[in-house]
Amino acid sequence: MARRDEAAVLSLRHAAKSFGAVHAVTDGSVDLYGGEAHALLGENGAGKSTVVKMLAGVHQLDHGQLLIDDQPVTLHGPAAAQAAGIAVIYQEPTLFPDLSVAENIFMGRQPLRSGRRIDRKQLHDQSAALFDRLGVRLDPDRICRGLSIADQQLVEIAKALSLDARVIVMDEPTAALSAAEVARLFDVVRTLCAANAAVLFITHRLEEVFEICQRATVMRDGARVLTTDVSEVNADDLVRAMVGRQMSVRASTERGDAGAAELQVRRLTREGVFIDVSFEVRAGEIVALAGLVGSGRSEVARAIFGIDKYDAGGVLVGGLPLRKASPAAAMAAGIGYVPEDRRQQGLVMEMSVQQNVGLASLRGLQRRGLISSAAERSFATDWAQRLNLKYGKLTDPVSSLSGGNQQKVVLAKWLGRQPKILIVDEPTRGIDIATKAEVHRLLVQLARTGVAVLMISSELPEVLAIGDRILVMREGRLTAEFGHAEATEEVIMTAATSQLEARAR
Amino acid sequence: MNTAVTDRSQSASPARGSDSRRLTERIFRIRESGIVAVLIVFVAVTTVVQHRFLSTTNITFVLTNTTVFALLALGETMVVISRNVDLSIGSVLGLSAYVSANLFGKVHGIPIAAVFAVGIGIGLACGLANGLMVSLGRVPSLVVTLATLYIVRGIDILIVGGNEVIASTLPPGFIQIARANVVGVPYLAIVIAACVGIGAYYLRSYRSGRELYAIGSSPEAARLAGIPVARRVCTAFAISGVIAGIAGVIWAAEYQTVDSTAGTGYELSVIAAVVVGGVAIFGGSGSVVGAAIGALLLGTINSALYVLGISPFWDQAIAGFLLLLAITLDRAIAVRLLAALRVRSSRAR
Repeated sequence: MARRDEAAVLSLRHAAKSFGAVHAVTDGSVDLYGGEAHALLGENGAGKSTVVKMLAGVHQLDHGQLLIDDQPVTLHGPAAAQAAGIAVIYQEPTLFPDLSVAENIFMGRQPLRSGRRIDRKQLHDQSAALFDRLGVRLDPDRICRGLSIADQQLVEIAKALSLDARVIVMDEPTAALSAAEVARLFDVVRTLCAANAAVLFITHRLEEVFEICQRATVMRDGARVLTTDVSEVNADDLVRAMVGRQMSVRASTERGDAGAAELQVRRLTREGVFIDVSFEVRAGEIVALAGLVGSGRSEVARAIFGIDKYDAGGVLVGGLPLRKASPAAAMAAGIGYVPEDRRQQGLVMEMSVQQNVGLASLRGLQRRGLISSAAERSFATDWAQRLNLKYGKLTDPVSSLSGGNQQKVVLAKWLGRQPKILIVDEPTRGIDIATKAEVHRLLVQLARTGVAVLMISSELPEVLAIGDRILVMREGRLTAEFGHAEATEEVIMTAATSQLEARAR
Repeated sequence: MNTAVTDRSQSASPARGSDSRRLTERIFRIRESGIVAVLIVFVAVTTVVQHRFLSTTNITFVLTNTTVFALLALGETMVVISRNVDLSIGSVLGLSAYVSANLFGKVHGIPIAAVFAVGIGIGLACGLANGLMVSLGRVPSLVVTLATLYIVRGIDILIVGGNEVIASTLPPGFIQIARANVVGVPYLAIVIAACVGIGAYYLRSYRSGRELYAIGSSPEAARLAGIPVARRVCTAFAISGVIAGIAGVIWAAEYQTVDSTAGTGYELSVIAAVVVGGVAIFGGSGSVVGAAIGALLLGTINSALYVLGISPFWDQAIAGFLLLLAITLDRAIAVRLLAALRVRSSRAR
């Protein structure tokens, strides 16, 4: 491309960032040119989000250089990045729930009138103008609390537009948007490029890359592995670069015999979150729940386990109705729940490994009403061996373990209760490949011993590898169901993203 | 397929927009109108039972009693909005009250303005100390200001010892500050009402004011938006300190006898007023006007019990009850609002 001769607006060279022992990014490099949309691709955990945060001024580089207009710069904070003309749309919307939509867009940059007072009319009008440009109708004066994820994302996009930035970083902006909203976003991206802005576009949907990006950079394990013109590659090339190996094969090829329906979910609805979700998980099978982030998968799991209330429908365990909104009842009925966010919700980070393992089984560890630390230790030792846990001492805080081993501790905590049903939400997010395989093997083994496993996962290879049946959710609804044999990445992605009406049952 | 989706955002959404605006407007109005309603009911009921409750003397009395609390509530609200709390204001008030009033006896003919300046200086020093420790030291404000509550009170006791400032050392002009009134309304109450008005306008119409709400609403998002969080929080504490310093001088003019216990426990009454006035204790929403009315309500209750001849012991119980009511209401509104918005957005889809 001709542009290559021009100087890059922004270029990140051999950037590295570590968090303690975790090397999130070892060699992050990307060059952004004005008028060009550049795709940043990679599997979960490849370091894309860390690169985004480097550009946003949230993380400072440990090594390497950030050049803007060929001048090395150090971004000391988000304000410095904004001042340098970099706008970032984060994957997780970062809004002020108590403030109005308009204030969210212009916080810190509100239009002023005499005496440096905020011009409320301008604030309203400019926000409305931004939404017009995006082609959406959102009331600028309503508060942000209660906005759907898609609407929150639109507010973020409006915010980035309002900055008139030269570099716009979009971290999976389309994950929660409907097809029409995505189409409008793409129009906006094209307009931005026409105005000579540089766009860094992060997505998991390869067809989007081919639709709007001119160049693409692929990251794997924290380093850049490929930068190419999009016109010179096809989807398979990109996938191969992202994965860096053949697609993982099934951890265990033998199929288990599914028994009786252990968990039955009937027409479960939580207004505005998920609607009319019905499925069952039989003893001895792994049901994978796929779909995009924000499609309501985790929320269904939370409702089953009783963390959130649901408005209609019901849950049956072993044929008996389960009391709603009571995790204690869910546990008593034999459900275990490994949450998505293990650091916040799955573990007590300050407590020791053995205390965390014993946490869900305290009753069994009591001796005369007191928790026996000897019983706790032997319980934890037993599970540590079974799960091949790598640790220093059982009395070390669980925060000292690696991510994969932390996840094993969460699993051990629930396995110690010998659950009949195990719900795991993103069981292998952010853990290394070897441990990932172990976790997969473990889940398959569990299912073979008659446990009903419900696994939520965003990683399609994982879904395809160990799911006996695959359910797909989109925008709060169950849109498809596939048997292990008929499932492919393509059909799952189609069901997860497009307005496909064909429900498989 | 595309047309269907386009239709929804062009036909369904305008209705969604205006509906939700009406809803939020209603909620925002409720925040202050609720407490005004409670105030009116309280005054009405008390007046029916005891007519002299609405006498000029009693109104003057209630307003005079409320001024210091309303003023303190102004500073406290700014701190609470930013998801912090300032527990040290009672102690700061006490120290400022003694040191400033004591100057009249020490320095002959000192101008009243100079005495106020000293009070402001003391308040500013304490407020800045709080603010710096919270914002730069990243220590939770609850802990920092609990510590300064004790430290400042300790300094106060060291300075005061067994002494006290007595009325005869104070110049008449100083005492008049708390007494002067126009048709029964103390000038001081008018000045403080004006201050609250200015504070409300500032928080509503200036960037730095809105940023306090933003910080309280989501500290993480505030950081990502490039808001100078540390500076804003520090300023809020400094203002709260300055206000406590001024309140100390006014307190001295009002009570005229100052010993080392002045202002003890005021912080909790003020926080009660702020919360009753509809300011969310975890920041992000509420107004200084609401907080000032909260202070007025608590002052009115205090006086009403006295007028009705009910034991003042009930006073605290009622204040506590109101606090629970305010928090319950706040929570109920939040839950309702969220559910309503959730349902609405799902219908619109």
